[in-house]
Amino acid sequence: MTSGAEAGSGSGEIAVLGVGMHPWGKWGHSFVRYGVVAARAALGDAGLDWRRIRSVVGANTVRGGYPGQVAGATFARALGWQGARVTSVYAACASGAQAIDAARAQILAGLADAVLVVGADSAPKGFFAPSGGDRPDDPDWLRFRVLGATNPAYFGLHARRRMALHGDTPEDFALVKVKNAAAGALNPDARYRTRVSPREVAASAVVADPLRLLDICATSDGAAALVLSSLEFARRHGAADPVRLRAVSTLTPVYPRTVLDLPDIATDSALAVRSPPHSFRASLARAAYEEAGIGPADLSLAEVYDLSTALELEWYEDIGLCGPGEGAKLVREGVTALGGRIPVNAGGGLASFGEAVPAQAIAQVCELTRQLRGTAGARQVAGARAGIAVTQGLFGHGSAVVAVR
Amino acid sequence: MARVPVVAGWFTDEGGDGDEEGFRLLGTRCTACSAVFFPPERDFCRDPGCPGGELTRAPLSRRGRIWSYTDARYRPPAPYASDPDTPWRPYTLIAVELAAERIVVLGQAAPGVTPADLAVGMTAEAVPGVLGEDTGAGTGTVRTTWWWRPVAVGR
Repeated sequence: MTSGAEAGSGSGEIAVLGVGMHPWGKWGHSFVRYGVVAARAALGDAGLDWRRIRSVVGANTVRGGYPGQVAGATFARALGWQGARVTSVYAACASGAQAIDAARAQILAGLADAVLVVGADSAPKGFFAPSGGDRPDDPDWLRFRVLGATNPAYFGLHARRRMALHGDTPEDFALVKVKNAAAGALNPDARYRTRVSPREVAASAVVADPLRLLDICATSDGAAALVLSSLEFARRHGAADPVRLRAVSTLTPVYPRTVLDLPDIATDSALAVRSPPHSFRASLARAAYEEAGIGPADLSLAEVYDLSTALELEWYEDIGLCGPGEGAKLVREGVTALGGRIPVNAGGGLASFGEAVPAQAIAQVCELTRQLRGTAGARQVAGARAGIAVTQGLFGHGSAVVAVR
Repeated sequence: MARVPVVAGWFTDEGGDGDEEGFRLLGTRCTACSAVFFPPERDFCRDPGCPGGELTRAPLSRRGRIWSYTDARYRPPAPYASDPDTPWRPYTLIAVELAAERIVVLGQAAPGVTPADLAVGMTAEAVPGVLGEDTGAGTGTVRTTWWWRPVAVGR
């Protein structure tokens, strides 16, 4: 076998050499500070000097002004210019996954052997809102201007639809929060670290009927970083059996999109073209499974984008843990809890973190890596061998990442 | 007081003269593939298999079935027009599926409609409305829009 094949160019796999996070919270600092803390932690975990990194990929934030739009360069400057190649990407909630995808492409193409990926955000209090000015051509501006439709409004629509279609109840949704809060209580990087009871969820204020405050994820400050490398580079640096990323899917939807999704005021019409066989979220997972050569039955755990409790149940179905409409049954039976057959959001999920948009998909891979290394401490999933992490965001973005050991 | 549509060209009766029977949301239809778009697509058909046709004005069906619904218990941020010095009054949002166009359109519910009045599958119709609390106080302008009104409770 040639060294080229050993480097992983044939397998399509890359190594996760290092992971690092800045704890989630509302700390009141610049996103740059969080990103540097996470980056240094990831470099330390990888045992690499920053000057050895040949490429840095930043996941942008829309909340940091100009530096937020050029996050790769912002982090490279803060860590100290050292001549690395730079990339900055934005893909809404999938920004972190797209940063990982860009790093992976560079590694597999032989453009860089070790890449630093960083995402960080500093979030305002309350609803996410569009930036100022009159922009009647911007769907995100329009949904606020014309309808006042916040993100939780869309979560509420989807939750109510599940109740009508599948018979889910608000009590089912609350069980997701209870489960994720129990996992988050075991995670030092989580923002919310206390257990929550079904009664506490039911006693929290309704935000967007039928969802309550504790059904909906908060917005947070936080940062996550990865050092990714070729398998050959990992071996040379003493990581003979690293966690490997085997698939990254960042597909766009297929026309017509027939499920109303933020920030849109209407769906596509299915009049001229029949709707595709799989939902957008399901298509993301299917593509990742196909690339990885595994299926849902091979998973040890899954990290899913629980913007709301009800949405986590949708994900169970989209990533193939159960059939359509069966999501609530899994959470009722404890299948997706720590100690269950297939723990979901073992790190605590967005329910315990709150959303730090560009960091979130990277944080998911940090959690998969810790679990697959067997270093997740009190929340360790026994014998974890394979995991998937999925996101969905505004404007047709989404991701699925498969990691194996 | 001046009455102007919250967005121009999305519905009939932009002045809000109260022509309820004739009120329609206005989409566009592609002359080549017959795809319908709302909000109206002006420049290009988004059907990836379409050779590209003209996009012509297409009034949408007035009635459809409720796909889902929710409400806004807290004041949305700008650019939603709302006076922070007035007490917040929640309103309901309804997504309605139009059978002929095979499209789901979101809108505010007519005032007084709450989630408790609604069920998925119920019939609702588009009626002329005005935007939330945007009564024109201070600006001299009322913004007209569309409302979804469940047929069962509106009549």
